[in-house]
Amino acid sequence: MAAEAGALERPRPAGWRIVALKELADHLLSVRLVVLLFLVVVSAIGIVYSATGEIRRVAEEATGTPALFIRFFTSAREGLPSLLSIVGFLVPLLGIAFGFDAVSSERAQGTLARLVSQPIRRDDVVNGKFAAGLVVIAAVLLSLALVVAGIGILRLGIVPSADEIGRLVAWWVLTVAYAGVWLGLATLLSVVLRRAATAALVSIAAWLVLTLFSGLLVGLAADAIAPLPDDPTVAEAVNHARWEQWLGRISPQTLYEEATVVLLNPEVRSAGFLLPQQVDRAVPNPLPLDQSLLVVWPQAVSLVALTIACFAAAYVAFMRQEVRA
Amino acid sequence: MSVEAAVEARGLTKRYGDTLAVDRLDLAIRAGEIFGLLGPNGAGKTTTILMLLGLTEPTAGQARVLGMDPARRPLEVKRRVGYVPDDVGFYGPLTGRENLRYTARLNRLPPAEAEERIGRLLAEVGLAEAADRRVETYSRGMRQRLGIADALVKEPEVAILDEPTVGIDPEGVTDILALIRSLARDRGATVLLSSHLLHQVQSICDRVGIFIGGRLIAVGPVHELAERFEAGPVTIEVGVAADGEGVDLRQRLRDLGGVREVVRDEREPGRWRLVADRDLRPAVAETLVRAGVPVRYLHRREEELDELYRRYHRKAVGDDGR
Repeated sequence: MAAEAGALERPRPAGWRIVALKELADHLLSVRLVVLLFLVVVSAIGIVYSATGEIRRVAEEATGTPALFIRFFTSAREGLPSLLSIVGFLVPLLGIAFGFDAVSSERAQGTLARLVSQPIRRDDVVNGKFAAGLVVIAAVLLSLALVVAGIGILRLGIVPSADEIGRLVAWWVLTVAYAGVWLGLATLLSVVLRRAATAALVSIAAWLVLTLFSGLLVGLAADAIAPLPDDPTVAEAVNHARWEQWLGRISPQTLYEEATVVLLNPEVRSAGFLLPQQVDRAVPNPLPLDQSLLVVWPQAVSLVALTIACFAAAYVAFMRQEVRA
Repeated sequence: MSVEAAVEARGLTKRYGDTLAVDRLDLAIRAGEIFGLLGPNGAGKTTTILMLLGLTEPTAGQARVLGMDPARRPLEVKRRVGYVPDDVGFYGPLTGRENLRYTARLNRLPPAEAEERIGRLLAEVGLAEAADRRVETYSRGMRQRLGIADALVKEPEVAILDEPTVGIDPEGVTDILALIRSLARDRGATVLLSSHLLHQVQSICDRVGIFIGGRLIAVGPVHELAERFEAGPVTIEVGVAADGEGVDLRQRLRDLGGVREVVRDEREPGRWRLVADRDLRPAVAETLVRAGVPVRYLHRREEELDELYRRYHRKAVGDDGR
């Protein structure tokens, strides 16, 4: 009897998968996906196209440059942002777009009560929606990376090495994790705030603050904590810079940027800053992929931890919430 | 606990902060019965339903649905109980059929069986034509009927319908009530429906419970509840010509023995309502004629469930000393 009850309590397939499949179907047919895909791919193609010209010029002087193929993910023509900075800028938007109305739209449509009265666990709703959002974002980013790589191969005639492919895959995973932070935040807001418009506004405000103004705010905070005199000693300057770095790492944006730079530039050996004596007599040669991964490990873990924190908060809020409006 | 009780509540209580939404509810609904939970908006009907479904936890007391505690075994209860929420909603961009298909998947029905069942249910609720249209084009009545089909997809043993007739035109109400009746009669399902519109649902309910201020104050078949109040106050409506205004009608009517209340209708000049201990029509007629007030009409208001409910309501409020 106990075994039978247990079997009934754990039906197959899992509830979250059913929810995720339905959400996925909705996303794939949605206008928002079309708009975002257009925005991301068009801006990326434009930048990459111009970046390839730049690389050709550089390539002539720098034959034998390590990781030439992924160079054009990172390099840019004068006055234009690089592909990476554009993606880093737009990824939060993807996370927000697929999460800000996850739960509140069910509530607004009056489908939430019906949904949770079906034989699925309540957390299946949040889990399924989060999973569907993440899958769509991963697909958008993957198609973006493939389009860019394709252009690269065509225009440059360079085939990426295994190391470069590994770096790009790692970058893709990292970017999905970064999108996960924003998706988690947006999902949390969609649970807590009853109106989708409010949730969208709040998450976009968070995005702007963290991406555009965080540098400014962090600088102010660092000045307050470790003031920099007019003629600072080395110790004072280092102290100030340390504070700035650590405060900056509160923002997922900083974490992501640091990790990206390391991953896609094999010459970069640290996400932080190095004093001259630390690199004294170092031979500037590129790091292998596994060493680069070790360097970004803390950043990657922090991003995943932030995602989990947002997601857990969304989950707890949803479990405690009344079904009724 | 009796074996037949499909839905049972014992001392079921829900408190939100300082408000007592449901106060020690005791209720037993027999299998195969249509039970109407009647009460004004905000009486705690929806809260009760949510506790029966395990969607909100009772503060105290216990609910039993099909012999199970919904707070402990929500999945099993939800598998066997169909629920149509108040103002039921569907995914607008999906068709009626697709919406039901999602419900079928959430209930892990085998696809082939689900398709067959969905087609049959859509035909039964009269949506065969509209089945492949987007739900956002549906009228409210159609959505309500789709809601009933949705609750039936899992072939429930208990169907719970929250305000199934709200916002629907009279013809649609008749359709929906017929649908609910056949649900209980043909499928042998137990039906619990809530409503604040008594006259609409009294025709199909085997028993009703009057639920006011979180408390169930009377339970029984409609006619029994009405009988219980036969000896209660009588409402008499009087229409007088407008030139009777000069006379102090209120005082004169009040002077009649046994009159409890005299109310003048603010919206309709010359219309008065008396609440008396017994049928005072002859005395009222006499008084009016003596006063020289031309009488246009004089009748006793028919005892309707609405009236019954109002009376219960007044009583309940009075008991609370408010």
